[in-house]
Amino acid sequence: MNNPDDTQNISVEPAEPIITINGMHKWFGDFHVLKNINLEVRRGERIVICGPSGSGKSTLIRCINRLEEHQQGTITVDGTELTQDLKNIEIIRSEVGMVFQQFNLFPHLTALENVTLAPIWVRKMPRAEAEESAMKYLERVKIPEQALKYPGQLSGGQQQRVAIARSLCMNPRIMLFDEPTSALDPEMIKEVLDVMIELAESGMTMLVVTHEMGFATAVAHRVIFMDEGQIIEERPPREFFENPEHERTKLFLSQILHH
Amino acid sequence: MAQNQAKQAYAAGAHPDLPPPVRTTGPVGWIRANLLSSPLNITLTLLSAWLLWSIVPPVLNWALFDAIWSATDRKDCWAQMDEPRAGACWAFIRGSFRLFIYGWYPEPERWRVNVAFVLLLLAIVGVLRDNLPGKKYWLWFAVAFPFIGAWLIVGGFGLTPVGTQKLGGILLTVIIGVTGITFSLPLGIALALGRRSKLPALRAVCVIFIEFIRGVPLITLLFVASTMLTYFLPPGSTFDLLMRVLIMVTLFSAAYIAEVVRGGLQGLSSGQYEAADSLGLTYWKAHRLIILPQALKISIPGIVNTFIGLYKDSVLVLIIGMMDILGLGRARLNDPDWLGLAPELYLFIALFFFLCCFSMARYSLSLEKKLETGHAQ
Ligand SMILES: Nc1ncnc2c1ncn2[C@@H]1O[C@H](COP(=O)(O)OP(=O)(O)OP(=O)(O)O)[C@@H](O)[C@H]1O
Ligand SMILES: [Mg+2]
Repeated sequence: MNNPDDTQNISVEPAEPIITINGMHKWFGDFHVLKNINLEVRRGERIVICGPSGSGKSTLIRCINRLEEHQQGTITVDGTELTQDLKNIEIIRSEVGMVFQQFNLFPHLTALENVTLAPIWVRKMPRAEAEESAMKYLERVKIPEQALKYPGQLSGGQQQRVAIARSLCMNPRIMLFDEPTSALDPEMIKEVLDVMIELAESGMTMLVVTHEMGFATAVAHRVIFMDEGQIIEERPPREFFENPEHERTKLFLSQILHH
Repeated sequence: MAQNQAKQAYAAGAHPDLPPPVRTTGPVGWIRANLLSSPLNITLTLLSAWLLWSIVPPVLNWALFDAIWSATDRKDCWAQMDEPRAGACWAFIRGSFRLFIYGWYPEPERWRVNVAFVLLLLAIVGVLRDNLPGKKYWLWFAVAFPFIGAWLIVGGFGLTPVGTQKLGGILLTVIIGVTGITFSLPLGIALALGRRSKLPALRAVCVIFIEFIRGVPLITLLFVASTMLTYFLPPGSTFDLLMRVLIMVTLFSAAYIAEVVRGGLQGLSSGQYEAADSLGLTYWKAHRLIILPQALKISIPGIVNTFIGLYKDSVLVLIIGMMDILGLGRARLNDPDWLGLAPELYLFIALFFFLCCFSMARYSLSLEKKLETGHAQ
């Protein structure tokens, strides 16, 4: 599982880029939140993004599926450029899954209905087929027995796993995770991380905003450190943790490691 | 015995489930907890008991036990009592009952009203009950009902036409209430969505509409409907008064529904929109499947409140000369045979409105319970 050789493989035999971000800027009103972001993510690559609160991590990954709109530069996802064109946005959203810190399950629907909703209404899959596939994913996240419960009746860890199954059921090529374990109690963090590690091993392209350093070392090919809207450092996890280059990174690491 | 049990020692982890102490459950427990828990509570209980005792029996005597159910006129009514006015003279209501229900709807055509009423009940059941076989067809029927109902009542297309000035009484009240309720809900939802739209022009139109309608008393709008609209219409064209009133009542309640629904929409976390977006749902699908079901659920108490208000406000049409149940009843009070029977009349009308509104309230409660899914978010 913890296989640093992966890193080498990728650099020796680079797969094609699936996300390309070029000179991207974003403002909230007058506030310059992302500054000149350049990032290339290859197919199957797993990237962990960390950085202090307010550094723009969430905003960056939310730009990738257009939950936030960037104002300058380009973002290309699997050959489709993100523009005002609603068609492009639709294409990209159907290929990119997202998991949120607060789960954001639909509370009026059962776990199973949460998972089947998008396949039925976006992919136009027949209900029976959607349910079959949903059960497969609920098994994969190890909660098939909770399928008929409502989110309000599930624990945080179970809810987050339903949320992961919900995204996976759309067969995305890329998965975005925005602090998926930050709202969880310690004993539930592991059950969610296990699912994510399993997903990583299956070859999914993943961008994960997290401060779980164990997870980063175990599965990430690269760790990206952000501060004040810029990418400060971008290196394989070992090097990143053991030998950070920038003062800012060192300070940040000392803070979260002594936490 | 309870004490013995409490004292008895069990090994760690081996404590069995014991029944609760007798005094905290059952009717005795309930009375102790709710009626006699403190000196203040005891005083209030006694006071309420005394009030009930002094009010309920006389009212029951007047309304039921000493009441007269058939008589030719008020004198005949009073002659049948121990002393005049000792009981209610329901004969008055009975005698006018058909008038109260049908207004001046022509006698031979009244079956159409009855059929429309039965269809209305079916439509309501079709909308409100789940698990009906063929629920889809019930819904289609409910959507079609307003038109079928209008056709049955007004006629044309093979039925004898009946002028809307012949409508009155409960029939008119129900027409105004049902039309207002059915059309103001979708219109109100549309206005609420429009008010939150990203398109400035659409948003402005919705805001102006809502604020204007909310800022004007319903009576004023009804006067506008009955007088001013004729100035705006091309000369010589007639636009049915009832139609105008229905439109005004619908617009009025739609503005309120819009604000109630907007409150519900604001009660949803932005995460719900983001989750829907990130799954690739379009604006309409997201609203239909995710946003509105939740927002409307939050808004149920406010929506039903608005509906109840609308239903009761329908009596205001008597000010512009339409004879709903209240207007008709008041007219009947002037009948020399039945002078002085206002208490009976108003009690009857109050009971009618109460039953309608109370069933709406009860239904909304049961709906809220049914939709409860144990939210934690
Ligand atoms: N919708 C918004 N409008 C205005 N400012 C915003 C908005 N969303 C985020 N910001 C600001 O942008 C900055 C970056 O926010 P972002 O959520 O991306 O940070 P983050 O790195 O994810 O932080 P955290 O670790 O706390 O989640 C913050 O200063 C935040 O206050
Ligand atoms: Mg964040």
